[in-house]
Amino acid sequence: MAEIANTLFNGLSLGSIYLLVALGLSVTFGLMGIINMAHGEFVMIGAYMAYVMQQIFAALFGRSGSLYYIAAIPFAFAVTFLLGCIMERTLVTRLYGRKMDSLLATWGISLILQQAARSIFGSQGVNVNAPDFLKSGIQIGGCTFSYNRIFIICMVAACLGAVWFLMNKSSFGAQMRATMQNRAMAQCMGINTKKVDCLTFALGSGLAGVAGCSVALLGSVDSTVGQSYIVYSFMTVVLGGVGNLLGTVLGAMIIGFSSIIVEAYQSASIARAIVLFMIIVFLQFRPRGLFTIRSRSLDE
Amino acid sequence: MRRKTMTGNLLAKAVALMASVAMAVTVSGCASISSTSGEAEGTIKVGLLHSMTGSMAISEQAVLDAEKLAISEINASGGVLGCQVAYQEEDGASDPATFATKAEKLIDQDGISTVFGCWTSSSRKAVKSIFEDYDALLFYPVQYEGMEASGNIVYTGAAPNQQIVPAVEYLIDQGYTKFFLLGSDYVFPRTANMIINAQVKAAGLEVVGEEYADMTQTDFAAIIAKIEEAQPDVIVNTLNGTGNVSFFKQMAEKNYTSDTYMTMSFSIAEEEVSTIGADILKGHMVSWNYYQTTDTPENEAFVSAYKKAYGDTRVTSDPAEAAYDAVYLWKAACEKAGSFEVDKVIAAIESGDISYKAPEGTVTITGSNHHLAKPVRIGAVGEDGLIYEVYATDSPVEPDPYLETYDWAVSAGIKPLE
Repeated sequence: MAEIANTLFNGLSLGSIYLLVALGLSVTFGLMGIINMAHGEFVMIGAYMAYVMQQIFAALFGRSGSLYYIAAIPFAFAVTFLLGCIMERTLVTRLYGRKMDSLLATWGISLILQQAARSIFGSQGVNVNAPDFLKSGIQIGGCTFSYNRIFIICMVAACLGAVWFLMNKSSFGAQMRATMQNRAMAQCMGINTKKVDCLTFALGSGLAGVAGCSVALLGSVDSTVGQSYIVYSFMTVVLGGVGNLLGTVLGAMIIGFSSIIVEAYQSASIARAIVLFMIIVFLQFRPRGLFTIRSRSLDE
Repeated sequence: MRRKTMTGNLLAKAVALMASVAMAVTVSGCASISSTSGEAEGTIKVGLLHSMTGSMAISEQAVLDAEKLAISEINASGGVLGCQVAYQEEDGASDPATFATKAEKLIDQDGISTVFGCWTSSSRKAVKSIFEDYDALLFYPVQYEGMEASGNIVYTGAAPNQQIVPAVEYLIDQGYTKFFLLGSDYVFPRTANMIINAQVKAAGLEVVGEEYADMTQTDFAAIIAKIEEAQPDVIVNTLNGTGNVSFFKQMAEKNYTSDTYMTMSFSIAEEEVSTIGADILKGHMVSWNYYQTTDTPENEAFVSAYKKAYGDTRVTSDPAEAAYDAVYLWKAACEKAGSFEVDKVIAAIESGDISYKAPEGTVTITGSNHHLAKPVRIGAVGEDGLIYEVYATDSPVEPDPYLETYDWAVSAGIKPLE
């Protein structure tokens, strides 16, 4: 029983990490159709921002404590939001509708950002301490549920709720969906589509920054951290069905749970191969993912 | 040939005599050597081949820095055979194929025959045949899985019997009985675990689990669940690179300390401790030949020179020290050979007389297998992030890359993985 509970919790936790990283991508790639290879680097920047906040707090109060982490999340969001905004204005906006070009250009940006991180923070990874309130866990029966994992699950739920609300209940969300579905008509209705594009892309990047804060507590914070997540995030979005929030959620959970369950019976490297294989087979039968949106704008 | 050797020897003597004389004399000595070996006047050029980009850059930067430090120290004290040492850096980009291309470029195109380089076993294996074909010389500074002894490579890091075997012996002596083997999925951990399996079984003890993580793995929840299930009393850890950070952070998340699960790691040195965090690693054990805290006068000088050159926050580590030694050993070999020519330097190395009073203690190149006889030290991570020795061998351990002197290894038929 304890083992099953443990496996389920681990699956949920891994799924929510993938979801947190993929959520931003489901906005930029899913809604806007931009293949942003630099998404992983926004995650990296988010992780480094947690480190920067920790250093600032340590310098101000002598000890980084717990509060730094609470401050780091909005800070990381703000920084990556701004960077996303700049990147959209200067580069992505020139490449709408040119998928291959945007793939190559954003990949270039990703290399530049990695090198920049190396130049600023050094090639050696930096250490982000877990804040005090996330350091331990709840013990129920034979399993330990760590506060950190629970916090990530809560955070992803909060982000998901916020994105859903923004997209479906706010007037900006309506403008956003209108722009993505029928740009010309949206323009005719007086929507400033350029502004909508910019803010949407920045939102996706900002979410990556928030994900970076979580990732910083789970592993190494170095210039290559984004690379470890980028493939899984694209897979999550593709598996779920491009342009659908619920699909992304299900996609992340399927990948998370199946990785953990297969890994319980197989070695880690074989488990990875099996999960990838299952996804490839699935996409053979449903090339558009779990959920498909039927609308004219997507019939190319 | 004979004539050349004689001139070389004469010159070496002449240079030795004039070492204390004016710079102009030294340079002219160097220039005459140049006329026979085709080097640029007054300098001898060596290659430094490491990853400056990609996932290995994190580790290889420290090694590169240590090599540059040794070169600048040697130059400041008069160079080698009167020649100033210049270096050319090439970026292996964490990719074995790039390492091979750059090695060939250094040797064939740039005419550099002595190279200090590589970190991963896969990069060393990629360049090995190139160094053999061109009859060039590679100094390899990192502990590795053994099962190799190329005539064109000098291995200045530990062979398995100078790191892995003594560490497991120590664990057995300390009364640990249930071993869990965890490693990254590539040649070093797999060979190391083959050796450890044989050793543990020969001692009548039990390996309760063996797991390999992908090199880019970020989530260790499933592996930790397997460890919980197997209930080992010690985890022998051969994870490499970023995997270590993720593994230990996620162990800490579940409140596991060295009291719950003791670990013995082979790839965690001072630099890794600072990225993972001393609070997490406190009390865990590691096995190396050298620590920053090693108590020798040579080490005091090395640590202060390293910090002076690269900043107070930097720490020295075993691979960095082995790389630093490599440059000095090459200098000693050239001086014994009286020449920079690879054939003569290798002959000097194989004489078995090349030794250096290194920060870790005196190291000597064993002529027959090109590895170093060096002391072995088991350490525990302290609260300040440095590693403190808890056990050390009395004298240097002779290298045995093929483990031929260990009965259990011979009877288990330990062979190189290809």
